[in-house]
Amino acid sequence: MRPKKVQLFPTCLVNELFPEVGFDVVTVLKKLDIEVEVPLTQVCCGQPAYNAGYTEDAKKVALNFIDAFEKTEGPIVAPSGSCSDMVAHHLPSLFADDPSLKARAEKVASRIREFSQFLVDDLGVTDLGGKLPASVAYHPSCHLSRGLGVKTQPQALIAGVKGATLNSAENMDECCGFGGSFSVTHDALSGAMLEAKMSCLDKAGAERIVSCDMGCLMHIEGGFRHKDQARKVQHLAQFLAESLR
Amino acid sequence: MSAQDTFVQRADEALADHDLGRSIRHVTGLLDQRRREASASVPDFEALKDRARSAKLGMLADLEGNLLRFEEKIKANGGHVHWAKDAEDANRIILGILEKSGAKKVVKSKSMATEEIELNHALEAAGVTPVETDLGEYVAQLKGDKPSHIILPIIHMTRQAVADTFNEKIGTHASPDVAQLVEIARKVLRKEFETADAGITGANFGVVDSGALCIVSNEGNARFVTSLPRLHIAVMGIEKLVADLDDLSVFLRVLARSATGQRLTVYSNLIWPGREANDQSGPREAHVVLLDNGRSDLLNSKAAEILACIRCGACLNICPIYKAVGGHAYGGTYPGPMGSILSPALGAKKGSELAGASTLCGACKDACPVKIDIPRMLQYYRTGEKFGKREGLVKGLSFYLFGLLASRPRVFGAFGRLLRTIAPTGNGWIKVGPWLPFGWTRHRTLKLPAKKTFIAQWKEKAGHG
Repeated sequence: MRPKKVQLFPTCLVNELFPEVGFDVVTVLKKLDIEVEVPLTQVCCGQPAYNAGYTEDAKKVALNFIDAFEKTEGPIVAPSGSCSDMVAHHLPSLFADDPSLKARAEKVASRIREFSQFLVDDLGVTDLGGKLPASVAYHPSCHLSRGLGVKTQPQALIAGVKGATLNSAENMDECCGFGGSFSVTHDALSGAMLEAKMSCLDKAGAERIVSCDMGCLMHIEGGFRHKDQARKVQHLAQFLAESLR
Repeated sequence: MSAQDTFVQRADEALADHDLGRSIRHVTGLLDQRRREASASVPDFEALKDRARSAKLGMLADLEGNLLRFEEKIKANGGHVHWAKDAEDANRIILGILEKSGAKKVVKSKSMATEEIELNHALEAAGVTPVETDLGEYVAQLKGDKPSHIILPIIHMTRQAVADTFNEKIGTHASPDVAQLVEIARKVLRKEFETADAGITGANFGVVDSGALCIVSNEGNARFVTSLPRLHIAVMGIEKLVADLDDLSVFLRVLARSATGQRLTVYSNLIWPGREANDQSGPREAHVVLLDNGRSDLLNSKAAEILACIRCGACLNICPIYKAVGGHAYGGTYPGPMGSILSPALGAKKGSELAGASTLCGACKDACPVKIDIPRMLQYYRTGEKFGKREGLVKGLSFYLFGLLASRPRVFGAFGRLLRTIAPTGNGWIKVGPWLPFGWTRHRTLKLPAKKTFIAQWKEKAGHG
């Protein structure tokens, strides 16, 4: 059955740094007659601490996430492959040794849907009726494509926009080098990976760089800006919302 | 060779060498491309990978029993079996065998297990001369260098560097021409084969139901090493077992395709260590040294899965970090993603910091022919549960504070509002240069926090109806 209402999990990066992405998600969902609710006590899924190996700190944060969302119903939609992968796969394993917490985590985990996954797989939509003449280089973020297995949905949505073309180049599926705290603890190495990513994106030769994770996009845009090179870098929701304007 | 003692230092050193970076990226890219094409040419490569994985995990489920059956078969064939609990033990056993047989010169085919136990050092210290006969290993040995890739030992060297090594170490006048360099090595090594007292190899697979060893190579040297000298010693990690020849055929198919994109390695040597009374050919004496060196401990841990690794190198070739810094930065015998899991566990138990050297991008898991979940184990190592944590107080404190604040929505919100009154906010980006205490700003411009969070704006909108 087609869902009528979703719970939005904007994710920390969108909430704190890129709120406009959250509102563009809402715009797209409203266009599809989906009602959006935002649980106000949500903060973060705990991924930064989990990935870094600070399991106990991650548990505290994850528990607040479960608290915030288990009172609600319907799909939990997030504009991030990384955070969705965390909730879908690692939230339950975080509580593996506590059956009752694990059951709660699994229940919440089963409801998480990454933005493009929700549109294409759950709503069966690839053409929103948008128009935007633009050539796009799509960066498949690692946790979205390899973690969640969402490998075609974002491209289908981009191709569904009238006038939009997808450009590609070799090694488009290579990591951009962000990796959360990795980009701080291994900054030069992360910088070298970013360099490789930027040259790959430039080879694709597109006007815009679109992805489904603000972590990667902040990293990529930060890299281009550092070299005083302007690139239009957008979350998929921003691109789709723009095509509807 | 680097003398730096942390991964970050060694990585930074490697990053400064742009030629190295370019050439490693080029060669690994080529191999990865070949792997993708070779995998795609098999109708159901995924199913083959699944079969290989379950065959390996099946072997590991009763590793002790399988090893005992393997030992029994080898003994019945006339071969000798030794159990080595660690590197020191293995070297002692090997030296004992060589001494008893009066062997002074040893030819070796490529073996990561003997790299792991640093056998060449032990041999030299005991007055035995080891000669590596795999072309890359031979060059590395001449140069006094270590392999930086598990199947392409001198991926970090150019043709010119190889020619220079030959000219300097064995007095040739070689130009950087591959055919010429190969011809030089062929001539030198042919003499070594003829005059060696013993041959030492690793083993890619040990076949339990017949006591056979399978050694694959593209150069044919393993065949000389195992047939010309009167004594053969194989050093094999205890995890290298396969049940039978049927399973072996599955592994040979996935191994060659994943390693180099070949359909089959040029030489797949199948030998049965031991000698029947009326045998006229082959070594008179054959020994198999079963090497533990931390593997049993791994088997009983949450990282047991890494023992299914068949050393194809696909995870190295696809890893954006290996591609950027090469193998020496990892500082151990096994580099790249598989090395980050194996190295801390084997012998010296060094290298637990390697788990941090990853973005958890998962490319290694995708490329692995036995579908080993390397990112999961990297995360597990990061918890410090197995090998401890080697991190500063700052990181620990940061995550403690993160845990404290991000689990309390009201405190977190208030904290954010407070920070916004003192820190710059807005839609812009700031280029702050390298003076911030963390490295982010050396390579990237920093995004400012939004004036108001999404949730704050959402609340306001709801409040205004």
